[in-house]
Amino acid sequence: MSRRMLLLTLALLAIACALPFVLTSYRTFQAALVLVYAIALLGLNIVTGYNGQISLGHGAFYALGAYCSAILMDQAGLPYWATIPIAGAACLVAGFLFGLPALRLEGLYLALATFALGVSMPQILKYHLLEKWTGGVQGIVIAKPEPPAALAAAGLRLDADQWLYFFVLAIAVIMFLLAWNLLRGRVGRALVAIRDHHTAAGVMGINTALYKSLAFGVSALYTGVAGALGAIAVQFVAPDSFNVLLSITFLVGIVVGGLASLSGALFGALFIQFVPNIADELSKAAPWAIFGAVLIAFIYLMPSGVAGALRALGARLAGQPKETRP
Amino acid sequence: MSAEALLLQVASGLATGGIYASLALALVMIYRATHLVNFAQGEMAMFCTYIAWSLMNAGLGYWTAFFATVAIAFVLGMLIERIVIRPVEDAPVLSVVVVFIGLLVILNSVAGWIFTYTIKTFPSPFPAELPYGIRLVSPHQLGALAVTMVVLALLYAFFRFTALGLAMRAAAQNPVSSRLVGIRVGWMLALGWGLAAAVGAVAGIMVAPIVYLDPNMMSGTLLYAFAAALLGGIESPGGAVVGGLIVGVLENVLGALIGNELKLVVALVLIVGVLLARPSGLFGKAQVTRV
Amino acid sequence: MRPVLTASLSAVLALGLSLPAAAQKKYDPGASDTEIKIGNTNPYSGPASAYGVIGKSIAAYIKLVNDKGGVNGRKINWISYDDGYSPPKTVEMARKLVEQDQVLFLYQTLGTPSNTAIHKYMNMRKVPQLHVATGASKWNDPKHFFWTMGWQPNYQDEAKVYAKHILQTKPDAKIAILYQNDDYGKDYLKGFEDGLGPNNRKMIVARASYEVSEPTVDSQVLQLKASGANVFFNITTPKFAAQAIRAAYDSGWRPIQYLNNVSSSIGAVFKPAGLEKSAGLITTEYLKDPANPAHASDAAIKDFVAFMKKYYPDGDVTDRNAIYGYTVGHALEQVLKQCGDNLTRENVMKQAAAMKGFKIDTLLPGITVSTGADDYAPLQAVQLQRFNGQTFELFGQVVSTEH
Repeated sequence: MSRRMLLLTLALLAIACALPFVLTSYRTFQAALVLVYAIALLGLNIVTGYNGQISLGHGAFYALGAYCSAILMDQAGLPYWATIPIAGAACLVAGFLFGLPALRLEGLYLALATFALGVSMPQILKYHLLEKWTGGVQGIVIAKPEPPAALAAAGLRLDADQWLYFFVLAIAVIMFLLAWNLLRGRVGRALVAIRDHHTAAGVMGINTALYKSLAFGVSALYTGVAGALGAIAVQFVAPDSFNVLLSITFLVGIVVGGLASLSGALFGALFIQFVPNIADELSKAAPWAIFGAVLIAFIYLMPSGVAGALRALGARLAGQPKETRP
Repeated sequence: MSAEALLLQVASGLATGGIYASLALALVMIYRATHLVNFAQGEMAMFCTYIAWSLMNAGLGYWTAFFATVAIAFVLGMLIERIVIRPVEDAPVLSVVVVFIGLLVILNSVAGWIFTYTIKTFPSPFPAELPYGIRLVSPHQLGALAVTMVVLALLYAFFRFTALGLAMRAAAQNPVSSRLVGIRVGWMLALGWGLAAAVGAVAGIMVAPIVYLDPNMMSGTLLYAFAAALLGGIESPGGAVVGGLIVGVLENVLGALIGNELKLVVALVLIVGVLLARPSGLFGKAQVTRV
Repeated sequence: MRPVLTASLSAVLALGLSLPAAAQKKYDPGASDTEIKIGNTNPYSGPASAYGVIGKSIAAYIKLVNDKGGVNGRKINWISYDDGYSPPKTVEMARKLVEQDQVLFLYQTLGTPSNTAIHKYMNMRKVPQLHVATGASKWNDPKHFFWTMGWQPNYQDEAKVYAKHILQTKPDAKIAILYQNDDYGKDYLKGFEDGLGPNNRKMIVARASYEVSEPTVDSQVLQLKASGANVFFNITTPKFAAQAIRAAYDSGWRPIQYLNNVSSSIGAVFKPAGLEKSAGLITTEYLKDPANPAHASDAAIKDFVAFMKKYYPDGDVTDRNAIYGYTVGHALEQVLKQCGDNLTRENVMKQAAAMKGFKIDTLLPGITVSTGADDYAPLQAVQLQRFNGQTFELFGQVVSTEH
């Protein structure tokens, strides 16, 4: 990473750490949600942005992670932090298993298969035979994590919202670092090669089947971890809040943020978290019409997403010629 | 389950399948013209149906309002292509998809605001009773199915036998070469959108008497229509209709056999299963491209 | 002279001592000399957006109240946010209302999962979650959740009324049930099964569920018809209720039909389904129906229609959600009136729990609003009524659902 990017990232991190001390509890809570969505969008970006496999059903992995966490906390009495890796592992397996048969499908047909997954999730969660674990339509209420006593003893007083924020931030930083490392190396290049020219990638010796399934698995892991964190933050899971609209929202998020970009996940998260609220304040009569209009405007102005636009801006400022590839 | 009950479910499934088929036709239409799936197709159809409803409320007769709405839908579709889609023509595919989603959301929200969420009845042009006291399906469902078939035939003839249809297919498949032979690609796209919107409006007008008109009328149907269109092969109008009927019957029979709680899941699993065996759909052709 | 002086002096003293302590004003965040800030979340978008009419109707009623000068000289500042019926959004918006907008309390937040998501938070924060707009039965628990209070007769109790009626009038019934596969549908189902009792559970010969995303419920109705049932419990929201009523009739199935009161609306359900096809339907109700010809000359309905024309012209007069919002707006007004100048959150709950036989003229005769310190269910009475193709015929007594 260039020196400039490193400094920028560190500055961002410093701001992120300072936020909970300057913001109100409510805003800190919202900031935590933004980070949660950023992790989820990063997951979707891995499989759709970097690897070119369209997924319209990532809400299902988010739900899977959320319910894993909720059930483990509610029924097995696990502490909240222990549920995160388990939720991630479960989603990794689920994503990989889904990615295997999906190898046969391309483009739109894959989109339909993932769409089917996203649509089916609420029904599966409500199924009466699973009610014992999932709580059925009533959902599961989760206890709010408290800051560990050790911190208070060390003199650092944090309230529950601040602690939750730092917990999510820590996990977000770890996940982003892992992704950055993965994507800038051989794996990342293989994924992008598969996306750009599938046949050539295969000819070059890349095991396309393995990489594609792995992409699904890893992306599911990320989105699942986000789901688990989201469940802990909101302290409640219910089947119908994980409907196909959530999957569509994620897709909107990565496109607006910028495909195939790490920072795009963060921009996208900010968009999907705050723009609906802003639209709501602007118009009570048809709030989502405003949201749709803003969405379209964003795409007009920045067809490659915010990250893409920033990249182009940066290139122009550095005097490089304009990219011709869309 | 008795044979009679099964038969009734199949008949009802064909009727509901007709609904999916009519919207799936619009999806196929737009795909053939633009190689994109328009997720806002359902909401456009719903909005046009509201226009028809408003015209009828203002005093127009059924068939006058019907054809007026189809014409308005055609123009609306072309305008949307020129004004909304044109600026993002060169953007990545997913960006265009997101524009569709934006359109979907706007149409749904505005319809709810202007027309409220109370359901509205929509008249049917077909007689109230079938002759010979046939009770399997209602006359309207039969009539709607017939209309869908007529639209299908018209579309098939259009694409297969007219120069314009050929030009449209060419523009979608290879815009660069098409321009070289003199085809106005931009207008082909607009025409495609106009036709798809018109087909969608017909679908909406046929569907509304069955499911009642409200802003969310087409939201659920879009999913089934999408599945149906892909099942039949996204480039095949005939496949879309067959796909729609299959999805309708499948859903109904599954609901009666295994209960309603999982029928959606199982239906989708089965459809995806079929796609795994035939990755381009039942009647689709595998796209072969030079590497 | 002196006795008069003493008398008048004592009178003045007595008057002064008996003046209520409310002469001194007490405010919690959100209340002031000039305004009372009240928060709300409603689904103005998403699949449940039909219910958003309730929020709009309440907002319109508050405008009417403010035009009349407000309550005790204070205007009501109604802040309502869209939560799209999604619990995470409800949590976020509730926190915004309480922590950022600093409202005095939340009123008529809508949806069972939405309210469940903020239940603990509101009670931990000691902010009233008043008159929640859901028919779930868990909001009547003042011992554990002092700050949360329901409003309408809950779904389970309503279903028990139907169950009891069936047991009394048709002991040989074979019952088929159509229900929406979510918290609302399943709550009715549970109440109905509980109302029948374990011995009579076998009277239910068929159950069919549907998702809100399905275009029609014709298939489910056919399944139920095939079961040979002669009683039909119809747990559906308006659009699907109309479809189900029509489908049942058209298929030749003419069971005794019970319809849940969420869809009991002549204008929004029976007319679209077909008035003759809806004849014979039994439902319970606590609200007057504006499209009921029997109420056409009712002063309350006339007022309501005038209100809609002036304050909510975009709305549909026949939409049951509109008169629901109008009615509950009256209850809000009353609670605030009772608070007087003591606008603390605790007093809001206390006053809400001290409504004795409060009459709202859009409630059916005989039904009033009553609460107590251990009775957090304001509306606990319903009236059985049968639709005869033209109007509702009330029958039987007002049934109390109190236990």
